[in-house]
Amino acid sequence: MLLIHCPWCGPRDEIEFAYGGEAHRVRPADPSALSDAEWADFLFLRANPKGVHRERWVHAHGCRRWFNVERHTVTHEILRVYPPGAAAEPDAAVAEAQPPQASQQGVRS
Amino acid sequence: MSNSHRTASGGRIDRTRSVTFTFNGKSYQGCAGDTLASALLANGVHLVARSFKYHRPRGILSAGSEEPSALIQLERGGHTEPNLRATQIELYEGLSAASQNAWPNVNFDVGAVNGLLSKIFVAGFYYKTFMHPQSLWMKLYEPLIRHAAGLGKAPKEPDPDRYDKMHVHCDVLVVGAGPAGLTAALAAARTGARVILADEQNELGGSLLTSGETVDGLPAASWIAKIEAELAACPEIRVLRRTTAAGYYDHNHLTLTERRTDHLPRGAAPHLSRQRLWNVRAKRVVLATGGHERPLVFADNDRPGIMLAGAVRTYVNRYGVTPGKRAVLLTNNDSAYAAALDMQAAGIAIAAIVDVRTAVNGPLAAKARAAGITVLENRAVVATEGGKRLTSVDVMPLAADGGGVVGMARTSIACDLLAMSGGWNPAVHLYSQSTGKLRYDEAAACFVPHKATQALHCAGTCNGRFALPDCLAEGVAAGTEAAREAGFTADAPLPVPRAEADAEEPLRPLWVVPSTQLVGRGSGKHFVDFQNDVTAADVLLASREGYQSVEHLKRYTTMGMGTDQGKTSNVNALAILAQSLSAPIPQVGTTTFRPPYTPVVFGALAGRDVGELADPARVTPMHRWHVENGAVFEDVGQWKRPWYFPRAGESMHDAVNRECRAVRNGVGVLDASTLGKIDIQGPDAAILLNRMYTNAWSKLDVGRCRYGVMCKEEGMVIDDGVTTRLGPNHFLMTTTTSNAAKVLDWLEEYLQTEWPDLRVHLTSVTEHWSTASIAGPKARDVVAALAPDLDLSADAFPFMAMKEAVVAGVPARIFRISFTGELSYEINVPAYHGLRLWTEIMKAGAPHGVTPYGTETMHVLRAEKGYIIVGQETDGTVTPQDLGMDWIVSKQKADFVGKRSFTRQDTSRADRKQLVGLLTQDPTMVLPEGAQITAQAGGTVPIPMLGYVTSSYWSETMGRSIALALIAGGSRMIGQTVHAPLADKNVACAVVKPVFYDPEGVRLHG
Amino acid sequence: MSNYSIVSLIRNAFSHHEHWGRAWRDPAPKPAYDVVIIGGGGHGLATAYYLAKEHGITNVAVLEKGWLGGGNTGRNTTILRSNYLWDESAALYEKSLQLYEGLSQDLNYNTMVSQRGVLNLAHNLHDVRESVRRVNALRLNGIDSEWLTREQVKEFCPAINIAPDVRYPIMGGTLQRRGGTARHDAVAWGFARAASARGVDIIQNCEVTGLRRVGGKVVGVETSRGYIQAGKVGVVAAGHSSVVAGMADLRLPLESHPLQALVSEPIKPVLDCVVMSNAVHVYVSQSDKGELVIGAGIDSYNSYAQRGSFHVIEHQIGPLLELFPIFSRLRLLRHWAGIVDTCPDASPIISKTPVENLFINCGWGTGGFKATPGSGWVFAHTIARNEPHVLNAPFSLDRFTSGYLIDEHGAAAVAH
Repeated sequence: MLLIHCPWCGPRDEIEFAYGGEAHRVRPADPSALSDAEWADFLFLRANPKGVHRERWVHAHGCRRWFNVERHTVTHEILRVYPPGAAAEPDAAVAEAQPPQASQQGVRS
Repeated sequence: MSNSHRTASGGRIDRTRSVTFTFNGKSYQGCAGDTLASALLANGVHLVARSFKYHRPRGILSAGSEEPSALIQLERGGHTEPNLRATQIELYEGLSAASQNAWPNVNFDVGAVNGLLSKIFVAGFYYKTFMHPQSLWMKLYEPLIRHAAGLGKAPKEPDPDRYDKMHVHCDVLVVGAGPAGLTAALAAARTGARVILADEQNELGGSLLTSGETVDGLPAASWIAKIEAELAACPEIRVLRRTTAAGYYDHNHLTLTERRTDHLPRGAAPHLSRQRLWNVRAKRVVLATGGHERPLVFADNDRPGIMLAGAVRTYVNRYGVTPGKRAVLLTNNDSAYAAALDMQAAGIAIAAIVDVRTAVNGPLAAKARAAGITVLENRAVVATEGGKRLTSVDVMPLAADGGGVVGMARTSIACDLLAMSGGWNPAVHLYSQSTGKLRYDEAAACFVPHKATQALHCAGTCNGRFALPDCLAEGVAAGTEAAREAGFTADAPLPVPRAEADAEEPLRPLWVVPSTQLVGRGSGKHFVDFQNDVTAADVLLASREGYQSVEHLKRYTTMGMGTDQGKTSNVNALAILAQSLSAPIPQVGTTTFRPPYTPVVFGALAGRDVGELADPARVTPMHRWHVENGAVFEDVGQWKRPWYFPRAGESMHDAVNRECRAVRNGVGVLDASTLGKIDIQGPDAAILLNRMYTNAWSKLDVGRCRYGVMCKEEGMVIDDGVTTRLGPNHFLMTTTTSNAAKVLDWLEEYLQTEWPDLRVHLTSVTEHWSTASIAGPKARDVVAALAPDLDLSADAFPFMAMKEAVVAGVPARIFRISFTGELSYEINVPAYHGLRLWTEIMKAGAPHGVTPYGTETMHVLRAEKGYIIVGQETDGTVTPQDLGMDWIVSKQKADFVGKRSFTRQDTSRADRKQLVGLLTQDPTMVLPEGAQITAQAGGTVPIPMLGYVTSSYWSETMGRSIALALIAGGSRMIGQTVHAPLADKNVACAVVKPVFYDPEGVRLHG
Repeated sequence: MSNYSIVSLIRNAFSHHEHWGRAWRDPAPKPAYDVVIIGGGGHGLATAYYLAKEHGITNVAVLEKGWLGGGNTGRNTTILRSNYLWDESAALYEKSLQLYEGLSQDLNYNTMVSQRGVLNLAHNLHDVRESVRRVNALRLNGIDSEWLTREQVKEFCPAINIAPDVRYPIMGGTLQRRGGTARHDAVAWGFARAASARGVDIIQNCEVTGLRRVGGKVVGVETSRGYIQAGKVGVVAAGHSSVVAGMADLRLPLESHPLQALVSEPIKPVLDCVVMSNAVHVYVSQSDKGELVIGAGIDSYNSYAQRGSFHVIEHQIGPLLELFPIFSRLRLLRHWAGIVDTCPDASPIISKTPVENLFINCGWGTGGFKATPGSGWVFAHTIARNEPHVLNAPFSLDRFTSGYLIDEHGAAAVAH
């Protein structure tokens, strides 16, 4: 069970949260302007990296607020937690990012 | 109390407290403090089990949780449990145990005939046969295999015990209370950190309970007691005995299983839960899990009386039991010498120590020799004798490389006990579960922790440190460091306790003891996995056939797949595999260590989530009335809803017909409290509704209601309901009962993640309001009686309007909306007035014959009107257009969730399944819901299907059956005949529009 | 390849089983193949086998980065059934079930196909309605399926608790008698052995690191054991499909999640069929070895780690004990996870791709084992003929653009 740091409530067990898939996808402002293929992309294509994944979680059994998480999909290490609307770090920065301090994550870096 | 094999004194047992137990129906005596295994050995009982495949006689190999052989069925009736390890069962008065997997009994087991066929029953033999004739597989071969497989038996009765769970955080969790764990826990606890110390045994001390070594000048037992006392004095310590750390998961989440009553007579502690599952989140973990001794692999190494040397030492020192009168030891390392000395001191004659090493000259060997023990160097046991108990062993000299024996001459040594030691494996199971990496230690010939990936420390034997002084020192260091990392330091650090250990000479790995015949050729079997009867020959066969990945080896031979998960066999097996491949052992690697460390009772995993608490049952404030008035309930999600209200002697059909008649002709009342209700407030509330519903909301007047349908982005209907404008910036949305939570989540997600600029707040108020829906031509009369001040005229209070009023003395919201097609008022009052509202309605409605009705009648009435139910007329693949609801899909709005998908190729097809009505040619025939619809009657399969019946009822109102269906191109098939081919007959139906009653809607506007 | 039979077993017993050959050859990779299959699980091996058997294409390599069958083939709960709702799915899975029915004999390897029946329970009126709908659709599709009353459920599966006073009482169930289980490892090994005998090269410990393209066509694969030229490439990489497809800049509508399962300690026979319940979320059977094999739910988050969160296991057991109170004192022996590639409509993709000579077979989500032979059979056809078989034509990549989804979420509400 993951330990997730809600930006508003602090570290909580995964069972308090619900997962929301890839972060930073924005609903098209004018869907009618899109081709069927572009619309299908929005509907169905999601990042599925083996590595760092930027994803959304909601503290469903807590403050009920959504936020973003950078998590490694092999080690499950959580590298960063940030509020919705905050920009993602550039890919290069993610690649170089060091895992957080073990004392924060309960995970030795 | 007298036992044939009990020492006169010593050990941790209480000789003054005799315990009576039965094994295989025979009564025995043991002592308080015994395990079942030690008590059996004290009575001279070695034959306790039969092996899985060949049904060979088996005894007790070990003294702990690694035991592969001595599995027994404990107790009978509801308390019975299969496959328990006799080595872990604490003896209690009246204990009853029996051997398993033997018929008629463990002494004479017919299944032993399998041994005669063992030349054919090699690893994976079943993959090569039982294929012809094909029909016999299910009739004969597989039933035989299934009958033969399995160990003990499942109970036939429900579990009389209860279980619970704890969820805790701590700074430092220490697993294992041996010398390393005790010092780690004390070092950490002295800092003030919150420490949990867990050990699977009934008392603390770990290996010290076996070795009895001296620490800080104190005998082991005294030192343990001193540490226990010091721990107890620490402020934030929790010591859990009889508690196994079962699993190590992500982010330092561990599970512990605590056995709270298993050591007591059954039923002795009804106030306690039997077991408790602990979910622990630890800032730091110290793994001090000790190690497991390895057996040696030689011909017929499985006879009762052949045991691990360390286990024999445990039985002697801890339990005061002498498992034999005359023993031989077979070893490849020094630890067996300490065992031999203790065994001799307890009165066991030591016939010889057979050591596979070429020359042994360390201090331990010197002590043994000084004690008069014969040490046979560079020799090995190559065969054993004895049917149900060991009688002798054959010893031969080894060739220089250990790959063979010298000559043909064997020396037979009579003995009833063979204590063997093939070296030790650190118990790295939890460490590996944590995803820590292992390294192969050539000198100790074992895998040791290498690179941790989680916040943990390994200490002592678990870390590959076998000597007591090292264990104590590592424990102190690990505990201190773990606490420091968690933010705690001690004013006075714990000094490392003093202890001494003899220097040990190097071990000599000898993975298979050679003999005069090649492995697999003679009659002897070299067991690697005692539980699953996997031999060295099986490992070689698998390797020969290409099953050379260690995972293939495991799966092909079943090595390590028993209830012990190969604690005593895995390293031997993979070493033999490596040898066969001429590959280094680390290249072969280990199989994955899968949790749990030892099996966990399902009951403990379920905890209290069984029976009544399996899932919460939600009931409305009117529930009590429904129960008292004979309602039959339907599960709708977690809700209990009245399905119908039968009167005495009425069938369901009768009751529903009566309820339908009441609503159509008089007045009925439905408990609609379960419908989801979401309070929506904010200046942009209407904008949110515009985006989420398919229709338009901006112009809805305050006090007016509107029906809406919601789609997913893919264009499929997910929910519907009526939303009312309570104020300029205030709406109340209703959802279906099942989807209330989902719709709220759905709205929140869009609001927070897509349109955070919208100024809207959402609040679930489902349980804040109780709702009674009064429907029927006389509904107005009933409401008038309840709310005399309210103008109920159609002009003042029209259809799809909402009024606030005092109803039955309670402030209420009244919605004039209808799901029945009749004049209808839905009265909402604060939830705690719900029951009062209901009883007042019954009172006020009595003169009009007000009739409570349930969900079935609601379904019939709405179907007569062609109103859909989400989840019944829809299944996630249905658009509003498919439902004939184009009218609710705004053409004006530029966008709403789902709109873009309507124009896709498939979503815009004209021949999609569309909602229609069906009338059977025989009006008395009610189609089954779920019947499929075809164009033609009959035909041969596969028969193309047009669609299926979504709803079907006897309509009392229409005096005939009615049905709704989704049919391909249905909207253009009105008037045509289609067919419902049922299993026993074909039913012809006319396709009609999906509104059967009052299509003009005169009644609900009345 | 020596024939497997009781006769050969006895004959080999006399030579101490020292003369058995390898079940499948262990060749070094050749520089070029007509077809390279990426992924040595059941689906990939079946594809290679049927390429050789049905289409005469034997210059084929199966590349496996680890050990054969080490992915989901060796991690699933081994359930076989074809009782799918939609016509397209029913036809595909039925083809597979039919292939399973003769598989041991076809492969000369006992895959222990055990048609002991799959029971799907109904616990509420909605379940009943959907069950009847499915039974009728299956019957018209020519697939065996029947509705059992509550009492018939008890008769068929005596261990089950049909008491009316439990939280979600059993109201009945559907039964597919031809459904059941098979020995998962044996399916992989049997296909490997039979494919190898027909000339297919099976290459383990060979990780694909790149897909080489020339002018929009795939021409070969880079591997940890060097470059291998390929006429066509079939990707059958399950949870890693996105990663491999990404090597050709192909994005797939997939997400990879852990799916967990568990077994109990082995016990004497107590459960003689497969029991599934969507509403209570249980699926359980008893293996020939005696273990209860229990499927848990899918973990919510994307992951390539073959492990999930423990609460998923914990929450699986309450429902199990609701159906089978007598299992309470049995014990969890092992639990584990695989990585499943899930599609938005819970149906697979067996398709050509926009990249010429690159074919994809993925998205089996939680239920791919039952499809193993059928999946290989239609994928072999698709690769060999450069066009889908009628059975897999609906399972194309285009469907996500056209909207022609095959939404089996109802079918797969329980992972299986």
